[in-house]
Amino acid sequence: MQLTGEARCAHTRRQARLSPFTRTLLTLGAITAPALAGVLPEDRADVLWHTYNGGDITIEGPSVLVRKKVGDNLSLSANYYEDMISSASIDVKLSASPYHETRRQESLGADYLHGKSTYSAGFITSKEPDYKANTTYFAVSQDMFGDLTTLTLGYRRGWDRIYEDRKDSQTQQIVTDTIFYNGRPATADHRGYSLSLSQILTRNAILGFNYELLTDQGYLANPYRKIRYLSPGQGAGFTLADQVYPNTRTSYAASAQLKYYLPYRAALTGQYRYFHDTWGILAHTVELDYTHPVGKHWIFDGTLRYYRQGAADFYSDLFPRANYQNFMARDRELAAFHSYTVGAGASYQFQVSGVPWISKSSANVRVDHLLVDYSDFRNALLAGTYGAGNEPLYKLNANIFQVFVSIWF
Amino acid sequence: MRVSPGLPSASLTVKLMRALTAALLLAALAGCAAPTPWVKPFEREHFADPIMSFNRDPVSSTYLQHVFETREGARGATGSVGGGCGCN
Repeated sequence: MQLTGEARCAHTRRQARLSPFTRTLLTLGAITAPALAGVLPEDRADVLWHTYNGGDITIEGPSVLVRKKVGDNLSLSANYYEDMISSASIDVKLSASPYHETRRQESLGADYLHGKSTYSAGFITSKEPDYKANTTYFAVSQDMFGDLTTLTLGYRRGWDRIYEDRKDSQTQQIVTDTIFYNGRPATADHRGYSLSLSQILTRNAILGFNYELLTDQGYLANPYRKIRYLSPGQGAGFTLADQVYPNTRTSYAASAQLKYYLPYRAALTGQYRYFHDTWGILAHTVELDYTHPVGKHWIFDGTLRYYRQGAADFYSDLFPRANYQNFMARDRELAAFHSYTVGAGASYQFQVSGVPWISKSSANVRVDHLLVDYSDFRNALLAGTYGAGNEPLYKLNANIFQVFVSIWF
Repeated sequence: MRVSPGLPSASLTVKLMRALTAALLLAALAGCAAPTPWVKPFEREHFADPIMSFNRDPVSSTYLQHVFETREGARGATGSVGGGCGCN
């Protein structure tokens, strides 16, 4: 196995990192999702601790989300989220060295209610040593048809700066370098357009529909990940080289959710999402959720989720030779794979005595197990034993744990 | 093999915005002659139950989506939608 000099010491930091725009989308979910047209979200505070453990990666940290009305028409929200990452993943072992880092994200949002319309706007900022991202968003929701239907239109815009961390060979200190892309410091711009619809179907059933178009332009590659290409007779039979990504991406996603209230006070939810993009990825997601209250205090949840995707056009686990295509990637997020997730949660609701301004409270715990089965991503660390291109396919098993407390006031 | 991922055309965005605008206009026009709600307000008590929320605990569901989207190529259209329950 050959390593390029820079790759040998570079800290592969983005292994467990979400693309900045996706993070933004998720944050928007936290901030804007409770906003119903015609009614402002409840005043509420949540404090969560999350832990992810799998593939020799541990990620943990807090998330604090607070919502508060100001007057009758305005609701403000704020979120602080942190990822403390400790990684020695298969990608890190292949082309870099284990690392620790922290990402911090803050966001502020506002929802203004006017009649049956709700106007939402906000700002999100995310910082880590080698990536900085800022995003603004705006959305309008409208209740109609006797409040049976809610239509929401959203727009968001994001600006990122990308850097690269490396270990200085002389001082052994981590230094952050500017990446130059097309002769300029590396940046990425993002735009997103969304349409959501919720429709009450019967007195027991509600349907949700979401459509989202996302575009990215700029430096979209992971600077730490490498492709590999065949080089018989050298090392383990392959050589590592830099990835080459397109500088644009447009994706389209549509999902439907059907939620049904069962006769004995429980809820069943079925979800499906279709996704495709200009990189050639086609994906399907199916999820089934069941919620079952027990007595006055307990609510239990169960989840089954299945996800399947095809590979990007320019992805390969092992390219035949150097410079084989104009675009080349080996990020396993772009590989073909399917995954299963099984999850369960419990929520205990209680009253806090002696604190009259807290109307209700809950203590919650949730555990999920994720199994990812790759179809064309091999464990290149075993190339010395099996030969390049004949290694066993990689599998990822991960446990995800959440514990959080919520209060309503 | 040469691959050429398609570029996001400006016309596509324009078409989408036109479609959204048309949808809004249609919705606004339809609002002038809105059909009688077939689920009356007093029949919507189940939608006021927290277990019928598409996103009962946003801080938790957002984190879990974060975990999935870190490891998947797909993104978007996961946001919860408004309730429209008219339960207040």
